[in-house]
Amino acid sequence: MRRFTRIVSTTSIIAVAITGLGLASTAVSAAGTSKSDIEKGQEIAFSRKKGNCLACHSIKGGKLPGNIAPPLVAMQQRFPDKAKLRLQIFDSTVANPNSIMPPFGRHKIISDKEIDLVTEFIYQL
Amino acid sequence: MKPSKIKKSLLAVTAASVLGGMFTHVMATTPEDDLQNFREYFYKKFPGVPLNEYGNGVYGIDQASRQTWEAIEEFPPYEIDLEKGEELFNTPFANGKTYASCFKNGGIGIRQNFPFYSKEHKQVKTLEQVINECRTKNGEKALGWKKGDIAAISAYMAYTSRGKAMLIKTPTTTDEINWYERGRKHFYAKRGQLNMSCANCHEDNAGNYIRADILSPALGHVSHFPVYRAKWGSLGTMHRRYGGCNKQVRALPFPAQSDEYKALEYFHSYMSNGIEVNGPGSRK
Ligand code: HEC
Ligand code: HEC
Repeated sequence: MRRFTRIVSTTSIIAVAITGLGLASTAVSAAGTSKSDIEKGQEIAFSRKKGNCLACHSIKGGKLPGNIAPPLVAMQQRFPDKAKLRLQIFDSTVANPNSIMPPFGRHKIISDKEIDLVTEFIYQL
Repeated sequence: MKPSKIKKSLLAVTAASVLGGMFTHVMATTPEDDLQNFREYFYKKFPGVPLNEYGNGVYGIDQASRQTWEAIEEFPPYEIDLEKGEELFNTPFANGKTYASCFKNGGIGIRQNFPFYSKEHKQVKTLEQVINECRTKNGEKALGWKKGDIAAISAYMAYTSRGKAMLIKTPTTTDEINWYERGRKHFYAKRGQLNMSCANCHEDNAGNYIRADILSPALGHVSHFPVYRAKWGSLGTMHRRYGGCNKQVRALPFPAQSDEYKALEYFHSYMSNGIEVNGPGSRK
């Protein structure tokens, strides 16, 4: 039963993400970000040894996500300011001291450069 | 996620920063209040799940995985260990004495009382600790703490206690409270490079998926230990599991039977008072 509900909700998230895609890619090219940075960011975000964001978030293109955290969709609406988005990834405990989300930058789980790349990837979702 | 991949130095730095950043724990509530609040938190989160069901871990709250598990329990993977545990338990030491001589009621049906605070030795004692003390007192070598014979003996002793409700005496004296608070602090403190507390996973997010795993509620965690885990391919004690869950967040694990883990088990077990012993159990 539960599995089924989960599959349904993941699918609907993907649908939302696809609708938003056109908008996002325009913004990305306007900002002059190369596509390969976004791809690199995705790789880091999805890697179990690096970001492992899928352990908790569902993200377009990622398999077997957890459901601990909000799905990462429509990010530019939720984080118009890219610096704020980067900060959330750098140190989640600024916004919520009890956050289960690892403070990727503060605890040096991934490098500053890697955080930049992940931010680019997440920002265009 | 593999802990072996992480540099020791980084782990040490993180461990230190976690300790440094930890607030001093002022006891705002009594252990009785904690127990009440702990239960009510889960009752609210999983309406209709009766207290005793929490002894079944994720299977107490997730119908889908429960069916597979029930099928496994029909031919339990811990059966051979259980027989071995019974045999070891009843085999006299070289001096002719047996384990029965070291426990109340000959060691039968007493799992629910462990761990307990020993006034005589001014410390918390776990079941595995008393098993090994029994051996050394009788001139035998101590067993390894996390698996093997000790887990088999502990499993047999749990088995003879099935159906008895966990009954850890409420901590009241200063020393008992200190041990309890140390365990409670471990449970709620964020630790490791990933900065997560036991409570983040097994309280705040119980019932949620972390990747493809459902997180079990901490309520009832202790009732079925030692546990046969498919991932281990063997029985393991509670302290083996603690080490694994510490490593998952890239924290240095404490040694099995260290005061830190004994304190954690004391708190963890008190929180499960009233839930029937159903050990040994089987898990993924
Ligand atoms: C162990 C769980 C976990 C992991 C791993 C995790 N997060 Fe999170 N994340 C959360 C939770 C929970 C929240 C909700 C806010 C909070 O409690 O901090 C969150 C919030 C967020 C938000 C804000 C969402 C919003 O709309 O407010 C962003 C962005 C985010 N995470 C990005 C990431 C990225 C990128 C990664 C991987 C590099 C990641 N997260 C890894 C648990 C996690
Ligand atoms: C990153 C998340 C996470 C953290 C933090 C964590 N655990 Fe776990 N733990 C798991 C997962 C996943 C499992 C396997 C699924 C389950 O039974 O919950 C598990 C299993 C367990 C089990 C076995 C449950 C059973 O029914 O057999 C115990 C006991 C346990 N954890 C205790 C702890 C303690 C104590 C801490 C803190 C020292 C802790 N965990 C920290 C993720 C975590």
